[in-house]
Amino acid sequence: MVRSGPRGAFFKGVRDALPFLLVIVPFGILFGVVAREAGWDVAQILGMSVLVIAGASQFTALQLMQEGAPTFIVVLTALAVNLRHAIYSVSLAAHVGAAPLWQRALIAYGTVDNTYASAMAEYSRAPARPLTEKVSYFGGVTVFTYLVWYGATLAGALIGSGLPAGLALDFAVPITFIALVAPALRSLPQVAAAGVAVVASLALGGLPFSFGVLIAGALAMIAGALVEIWMERRA
Amino acid sequence: MSDIWVVIVTLGIGTFAVRFAFLGLVGGRALPGWLLRPLRFAPVAILPALVAPMIVHPAATDGALDPARLIAACVALAVGAVFRNVLAAIGSGMVALYVGLWVLG
Repeated sequence: MVRSGPRGAFFKGVRDALPFLLVIVPFGILFGVVAREAGWDVAQILGMSVLVIAGASQFTALQLMQEGAPTFIVVLTALAVNLRHAIYSVSLAAHVGAAPLWQRALIAYGTVDNTYASAMAEYSRAPARPLTEKVSYFGGVTVFTYLVWYGATLAGALIGSGLPAGLALDFAVPITFIALVAPALRSLPQVAAAGVAVVASLALGGLPFSFGVLIAGALAMIAGALVEIWMERRA
Repeated sequence: MSDIWVVIVTLGIGTFAVRFAFLGLVGGRALPGWLLRPLRFAPVAILPALVAPMIVHPAATDGALDPARLIAACVALAVGAVFRNVLAAIGSGMVALYVGLWVLG
């Protein structure tokens, strides 16, 4: 059953985004709850989910602010977590780069891991689709995904203060980060990057303002790239 | 705490800029490989750097190494790496934490 036209493409996007519910709902609720525990108000929590829309980055900012890191370090480190979106932007441009500027701006706002993955899968299944349908498909995935994300964080924020301290939610944040990274450790360069990050971050832990995280992250990115180059040369 | 709003707004603008940079301005032109290659490692570099001190020096124990939290982290890592499932990793890690806190006190 393939409906054509932008309208059909939009609703196909919505349908393809349905499985994301399983990930986004608990993750969004967790962010709302943890931020509420950290003393944020509901407007701040929802505001961040609307303006930033990047789970890992939001948790990063929340964590560093709780550690009392200065604002520019918080923003820089949380942005570094989002650098992968620049790569998404590059590869999406190949498919929807010819769309009007306002549509490209909306697509940029809608670019996260889930929407990007859906769109690239769809574009490679049907590369000859007209531009308007490609844009509509992206719109369908994004509208659904984002509304669920806003709703889940709002729900978490409203539940937040009602949870007992015995749940040890302080540790939900590191557990979530580990859970996000572990499935990505598929190759030696990725494992090397993660290993360098851990060692360097612990070694540089004494640096003020959580600077160590940023430096360790940069070293780890370089390490991953170097190991990858080294493996390519050997192959 | 107006600092929170400053972070939210600047991070929002910065994140949009990262997402819009190539799609909106550079168009279809490719990035140089020396820049693209390290960028791909950003998630597996920044998140472990952030998480390592939180595991080894948890705020809840005033920075003292806590066996229950260390074990929970290892369980989440192992489940996530083997099953490649984010939710399963979070769930098993939290269960391991509760069991660990209960058994080890």
